[in-house]
Amino acid sequence: MDGLLHQVFSGLATGGIYASVALALVMIYQATHHVNFAQGEMAMFSTYIALTLIQAGVPYWWAFAITLVVSFAIGAVIQRVLMTPMANAPVLASVGIFIGLLLMFNSCAGWFFGYTLKPFPSPFGEGKPMLAGYLSRHELGSTAVTLAVLLSVWAFFRFTRLGLAMRAAAYNPASSRLVGVNVDRMLALGWGLAAAIGAIAGMMVAHVVFLEPNMMSGVLLYAFAGALLGGITSPMGAVIGGFVVGVLENLGGAYVVGAELKLSLALVIIVAVLVIKPSGLFGRTIVSRV
Amino acid sequence: MQRRTLLSTIGLSTLGAMAGLGRPGAADAATPGVSATEIKIGNTEAYSGPASAYGAIGHGLVAYFKMVNDQGGVGGRKINFITVDDGYSPPRTVEQTRRLVEQDGVAFILNALGTPNNTAIEKYMNAKKVPQLFVATGADKWGDYQHYHWTMGWQPSYRIEAAVYAKDILANKPGAKIGILYQNDDFGKDYIAGMQDGLGAKFKAMVVKTASYEVTDPTIDSQIVTLQGAGADTLLVAATPKFAAQAIRKVFDINWKPLFFMTNVSSSVGAVIKPAGFDKAVGVTTVGYAKDPTDAAWANDAGMQEWRGFMAKYMPNADLSDANYVYAYGVGVTTMQVLRQCGKDFSRANIMKQAANLHDLVVPTLLPGIKINTSPTNYHPIRQMQLQKWNGKTWERFGQIVGA
Amino acid sequence: MGRTLLRHWPLLFLAFAAVVPTVALSNYQLFQLTMVAVYAVAILGLNIVTGFNGQISLGHGAFYAVGAYVTAIMMDKWGVPYWATLPVSALICACTGFLVGLPALRLGGLYLALTTFALAVATPQLLKYKLFEGWTGGVQGIVIDKPDPPFGLPINADQWLYLFSLAVAAVMFLLAANLVRGRIGRAMMAVRDQPTAAEAMGIDLAMFKTRTFAVSAMLTGIAGSLGAIAIQFVAPDSFAVFLSITLFVGLVVGGVASIGGTIFGAFFIEFVPNLAEQVSKAAPGAVYGIILIAFLFLMPGGLAGALRKLLRLA
Repeated sequence: MDGLLHQVFSGLATGGIYASVALALVMIYQATHHVNFAQGEMAMFSTYIALTLIQAGVPYWWAFAITLVVSFAIGAVIQRVLMTPMANAPVLASVGIFIGLLLMFNSCAGWFFGYTLKPFPSPFGEGKPMLAGYLSRHELGSTAVTLAVLLSVWAFFRFTRLGLAMRAAAYNPASSRLVGVNVDRMLALGWGLAAAIGAIAGMMVAHVVFLEPNMMSGVLLYAFAGALLGGITSPMGAVIGGFVVGVLENLGGAYVVGAELKLSLALVIIVAVLVIKPSGLFGRTIVSRV
Repeated sequence: MQRRTLLSTIGLSTLGAMAGLGRPGAADAATPGVSATEIKIGNTEAYSGPASAYGAIGHGLVAYFKMVNDQGGVGGRKINFITVDDGYSPPRTVEQTRRLVEQDGVAFILNALGTPNNTAIEKYMNAKKVPQLFVATGADKWGDYQHYHWTMGWQPSYRIEAAVYAKDILANKPGAKIGILYQNDDFGKDYIAGMQDGLGAKFKAMVVKTASYEVTDPTIDSQIVTLQGAGADTLLVAATPKFAAQAIRKVFDINWKPLFFMTNVSSSVGAVIKPAGFDKAVGVTTVGYAKDPTDAAWANDAGMQEWRGFMAKYMPNADLSDANYVYAYGVGVTTMQVLRQCGKDFSRANIMKQAANLHDLVVPTLLPGIKINTSPTNYHPIRQMQLQKWNGKTWERFGQIVGA
Repeated sequence: MGRTLLRHWPLLFLAFAAVVPTVALSNYQLFQLTMVAVYAVAILGLNIVTGFNGQISLGHGAFYAVGAYVTAIMMDKWGVPYWATLPVSALICACTGFLVGLPALRLGGLYLALTTFALAVATPQLLKYKLFEGWTGGVQGIVIDKPDPPFGLPINADQWLYLFSLAVAAVMFLLAANLVRGRIGRAMMAVRDQPTAAEAMGIDLAMFKTRTFAVSAMLTGIAGSLGAIAIQFVAPDSFAVFLSITLFVGLVVGGVASIGGTIFGAFFIEFVPNLAEQVSKAAPGAVYGIILIAFLFLMPGGLAGALRKLLRLA
């Protein structure tokens, strides 16, 4: 029983990682109707920027804020420079660009910052685990951060005109233009926000898995799965999806098929759920016009 | 119809032409890759892809041979070291190796990276009779001098290393309940095999649980919890640095205090112990064969000063905590010894003969007392290791130098 | 005369591709071209489902792996001659494709991308799973022999392998070209462009997509078999997720829904990584990424798309 609880909690901790990256995926999808495969690598790169600042003596939260701004700028610039000219290109070309970005960020991170493992500080402090040893302070803290991001993203889309305009721009660019939405600016904003959310995820994850250029390569698939499981249109669903994937994977690995197949098992379950409920657990059904 | 006739005519004449071309020329007299002024050495490395951290070895070797050339080379010849990227993908290793051997015409391949990658080219290299020297993998199979005369390892084999741990457990904790965390590939599985070798019939009784992970997994927390839950009081971790550091921290965090053995692959102070936390790693035991660049114990060591001098001059911007550069230096020293022993005869046969004829070679970056020995029936150059325990500040060596 | 030449360009191209390199190129270069032929067939398979049928697959490396392993296991365990493994491999890969496609294609779009991507990530894991270890050789993989030229032909093994792969590739391209130009091909594109209308015309969408997926998996699987014979080695590490991504890149740069573009895509994924690593050993991945992005920037529709545009302008 103790073992089971332990597995659940450690699953929640890894699930939190997936959830935070999944949020960035939801953001970019809501804003552009693309899934950016380079999202994880961009987050990793941002985390290196944060670490460089911290090592230069900048206090943690200042470094955190500066990294968000820089990441936002990187995201917006990529959209402006690379994606705007591709607006009318086939969707496959965009996916090709994402793959190119993924390779570039990964390789450049290794080139600039080296491949050796780097510890990343936690703002919540070290110290002994809490809750009878089930969760560390950082795990609690980062879950709180993820929930705060979730709340902001949800409120942004739900209550602000900007959020509405952004969704409209992604859903139907032509009509949005007619009603006066600056679609290009919305897309750039979406890329910037997604990059910033990714940066937050990166900074929370890095303390747990240690910072190195391949930090996110394993996470992205799980985050993607979590986002789709919860429903890619729903920030709340993506977060829950992320946690569910984390726990599912741990329990399956520990008690059902063994660790060798835990990834495969988790994915089979997710596909099965999606076949039954294609819009995800919490997503709205997307009706495509013919 | 006419076209068909034409085609078949072309086809036939082509076949005829190829019959002439297909025969190897009479150029075999001179050794490929060796001229009056230079010796060409080839190397495949993972500069891109999932194992690109090891690219540092390739950069280190390039710098090392630059130093050799600045010092006059060997036998009146400069070293032309050609290193190429294979992205850690075996098909590309095959392609790049063929390029090095057939197009660039290297004398031999040195320190190619990766077990699957070297397996992919082993047959080719031996059929072509091109030395495949000092492969950069610790798999046990790289000492098979009977079947693969042209292929030789360098570092101690993982399997022998695991057997050393097993013997230590049998001697000091015969009632141990062992849990093993391993990477689900050839590297991790060699440790399981080594434990079987070392524990013999007791393996089934003593090993209570094994748990594997994939390199794509973000964390190994779940596996550590599983191993603890199975009642293990002794833990062997056969994991690469990222997962090793996570394991050290997780074991500490859940307040588990097993007898903790860590693979030599992840014994770097800078890349594993420091990220995990110096105090959290107290008591971790590993075996060593090389000096660690970040271990304070070697701050004033003559051999490591030599290495630091080389790094300062030839790789001034490199990360000095990266043990791959120390590894590269060791491989470089060994290679130069082979080439010096060759005298004037740089034929592939003689290079292989001299590689299998190293006696008590002292490499400045290896632990004191560990020497390199090879013979026509011993293709494991480094067989010696020493157990060492982390005391919170440095690796403390204990016991005899062990060797298989 | 000129018209006839134009009409038969594939045949002329084939004759040229068979004769000139075999005579003029070194064994190493021939080996590279062999791999181009292999990749071309693999990308062709992907193109059938993604290009012509509009279903994004990021997991075709899995079918490539299945094909490679079928060939390797048959040659290694049962001593089956290399050429005889191809039909078996085709059959097994088609069945695998059908089974994977059955649930996956009901999802479509992003969900299919996830499912196939997941398949690509899980492939190495499944290949080394302990239950299959007896056949697959687990993490050690399988080393196989290089085929000798038959009938005592006066050519060496590399030349033979090249001609053999080229011949197989030619047959596959012929089949694929006939398929997409015929009734089925028109149906494929109808399903891609106007699914509702296609359904109204009496096409069972899900079943049709699944069958297309099976054909596509079969082609890529045959490429895997050829690849295994050329490399003489299969191991889980040879079929990591990056293989699937590479095939996808080949498809995109060659041009979606273009048979000819597929060949260019194969050249791209074979030679650009080597080019990248010659530019920079410090960050070859970055160079590759930049080349890819620059290429797509200039030709968003791939080479085939750019040529089509050019023809329209002319």
